[in-house]
Amino acid sequence: MNFKKILPQLLTLVVVILVFGFFSYNAQVNMENRGITFGYGFLSQESSFDVQFSLIEYDGSHSYFRAYLVGLLNTILVSVIGIIFATIIGVVVGIARLSSNYLIERTAAIYVEFFRNIPLLLQIFFWYFAALRALPLPEKAEPMFGVFFLTIKGFFVPAFVWNNLDIFIYSVIAAIIAIIFVRLYAKKKQENHGIQTPVLSISIGLLIILPLLSFFLGGVDASVEIPVIEQLSKTSFTFKGGLKLPPELISLALALSLYTATFIAECVRAGVQGVSKGQKEAAASIGLTPNQVLKLVVMPQALRIIIPPTTNQYLNLTKNSSLAAAIAYPDLVLVFAGTALMQTGRAIEIVSITMLTYLTLSITISIFMNWYNKKIAIKEK
Amino acid sequence: MNKLNFLSSDKNNLYAYLYSGISLFSLSILIVFLNSFFSLDLTSFLPGTISYFLPLIIGFMGLHLIRIEYSGIKFLDIINKNINTNKFNALLSLLIIFAVIKSLPPLLSWFIIDANFAGDSKDACSGSGACWAYIKTWFNRFMYGMYPNAEQWRINLSFIALAFLGGVGFFATEKFKKYLTLYYVIIYPIIAFLFIFFFISGGPIFFDFSYGIIAAVISIIIGFFVPSKFKMYYFLIIPITIYILLKYVFFYEELIELGKIQAFEWVETGAWGGLSLTFIVSFFCLIFCFPVGLFLSLGRRSDLPIIKYISIGFIEFWRGVPLITVLFMSSVMFPMFLPEDMFIDKLVRVIIAISLFEAAYVAEVIRGGLQALPRGQYDAAKSLGMGYWKMHIFVILPQALKLVIPGIANTFLALVKDTPLIFVVGLLEIVGMLNLAKTNPEWLGFAMEGYVFASIVFFIICYAMSKYSYNLEQKYKTER
Repeated sequence: MNFKKILPQLLTLVVVILVFGFFSYNAQVNMENRGITFGYGFLSQESSFDVQFSLIEYDGSHSYFRAYLVGLLNTILVSVIGIIFATIIGVVVGIARLSSNYLIERTAAIYVEFFRNIPLLLQIFFWYFAALRALPLPEKAEPMFGVFFLTIKGFFVPAFVWNNLDIFIYSVIAAIIAIIFVRLYAKKKQENHGIQTPVLSISIGLLIILPLLSFFLGGVDASVEIPVIEQLSKTSFTFKGGLKLPPELISLALALSLYTATFIAECVRAGVQGVSKGQKEAAASIGLTPNQVLKLVVMPQALRIIIPPTTNQYLNLTKNSSLAAAIAYPDLVLVFAGTALMQTGRAIEIVSITMLTYLTLSITISIFMNWYNKKIAIKEK
Repeated sequence: MNKLNFLSSDKNNLYAYLYSGISLFSLSILIVFLNSFFSLDLTSFLPGTISYFLPLIIGFMGLHLIRIEYSGIKFLDIINKNINTNKFNALLSLLIIFAVIKSLPPLLSWFIIDANFAGDSKDACSGSGACWAYIKTWFNRFMYGMYPNAEQWRINLSFIALAFLGGVGFFATEKFKKYLTLYYVIIYPIIAFLFIFFFISGGPIFFDFSYGIIAAVISIIIGFFVPSKFKMYYFLIIPITIYILLKYVFFYEELIELGKIQAFEWVETGAWGGLSLTFIVSFFCLIFCFPVGLFLSLGRRSDLPIIKYISIGFIEFWRGVPLITVLFMSSVMFPMFLPEDMFIDKLVRVIIAISLFEAAYVAEVIRGGLQALPRGQYDAAKSLGMGYWKMHIFVILPQALKLVIPGIANTFLALVKDTPLIFVVGLLEIVGMLNLAKTNPEWLGFAMEGYVFASIVFFIICYAMSKYSYNLEQKYKTER
């Protein structure tokens, strides 16, 4: 180690330590002046604020930690909905952009260019304040297919009422485990004997038959509860029964999926274009059927290009879901970094917990992605 | 004459198929067109569902009849190749054409025909269309926020001057081309800062940073005459010396008091807003995040472990959190980290926060470019006896940056699209102003117009940027 290598490192280290020291010294002085002590004990205190929409039981008598969980679950809920729809729309549009049909290709391109170039926040506002506000009041809402009610107060959809739901879930899990075994068996059989087993049809069959059996033998029973309109007061109506999707959730999920879908579409397009034509021709020339060419040659190579940037987009979507705070959807940022912070005044603790939560989420996914990338990378000799 | 077979058309009897096909296709378009523009229902004599799907069926039959390969008619071949290759494509094409025809009249009437353009109050908007009078009345607010009307020329003047100074690069002759990087990286940002500070904000002629700027300019000018052997030590010592001399020796209290006279009325940053604030924030973040990101990317690829891990930690931290929490941090947590008497303006805090955030993304993009360069470039530069900085400035970065132009442009685009988020700290750029105008009791119920307007504005800005970056990419693509 010579002097020239140590000096810059030492300087950087000193600067970083000085900056951190300066900040933490000031923080200590400021907190002493305001009479706050640093600590995470407040998490178990009673929160005494209410949250409009929550997946778990929650009211003001629960702790701040419970409020944090409510926010986190709401964030995860909207992210999962957004990811599912963004993937569906993105794949369809991405394939449409590769279509030989001029009209389809143009329509997809216009969609991508348009939704990609408008800020997400503006889109969320548009759906929430302009588009969904144009829907009718509950008493004037016309049912769609007789059971869906789209109103200004949210969407009311039928809900399932289950008996013995746990047995049904066990049957689905059993089906998944059975499919894994079938796949292992099929792989072994092909390696040893060269005989292919129709894994896909067997899997679909298992997924349908086992849950069906649980209905007949396990005493599982499902009925549908349809929302019914009910008068609260002279001018106020609402729906009873069924499932209520609040307009905040809908506009957020809509904006997130339409926005992220444009990026996913571009990833899909790049992935399919990235497989060279020679690969398909080579596969066809050794006698594979078109389906086999797609399944065994094109898709594995295209997925290798598509998956890493797409996961990045999923991550972006999850982080972007924090924009929920702008339209008062009770996600992590609004519930915890908003309301809870206002009440307790513990800026450092709360903002750091919020940031750490997102950080853990992204770092976990990126570590997983790095592992996956290494696993599927072409092994060159 | 051959027998006509309407199930599979061929080249014989070409014209028979062609005429019947085209007439069926045109008929279907005509039905939809009349239905949507003049609400005439030509097929009302048929039962409901059939009447609904009739245009689709007729059009599909028409397209089926004209699907003749290698017909020898150029126009027909182009149509067949592009929108009519098989049954599925024909159906989709028809659906798209009908959807466009169906949606044109309501859109047209909302945007133009039934819209109100004149007037300056809500009463003027009685029609069912859009109320563009709303945009017209609020236009100044959407552009300049709460900035006083009489002073808005200052913003315009600064923007025009900065745009002009920014365009200098296009007119530079060969002789001055080599100084352009220096100009854009160091001199132009300083000029821009001075413009914003003196004109838009109306700051005093002397302020604490003035000493620093003067010291930097003087030391750079003297730096040209210092032998390169001592340059490193020179730039470590001299600027600080000049700064201390200026601040504590040369300028006496009276002089400072004299310098604190304001030329213009002071407009605090809370009053700034609208589209001009979008431009100011994205401009400064763009200027700051690029050099920071460049150094971070170099740090991440450095051989020195401490620098490497600090850079990695920094980059991954900023990339892992959403921007909105960063802004929360800058507004509620950051003041706790400063001494009590020290106050940093809200806008400055926001600009620093966004710059650091985007710098992490820029760093990752540039790292991609650095990794894409073949090792031979490094080895060749080293074999010529170049040091670390010389190698990077003259050999590595010019090639790497060229490679990552699209990536950097995408990051900048994301930056522009992220600026509306500054509403979190109470700064209202164009989207924030829209939300404010929407809640004005005299102008309730025009949310749609406002958002459509802002969407168009952002679309124009972002689309132009992405097209420009695409052109740049094409321009530099061939050289490697």
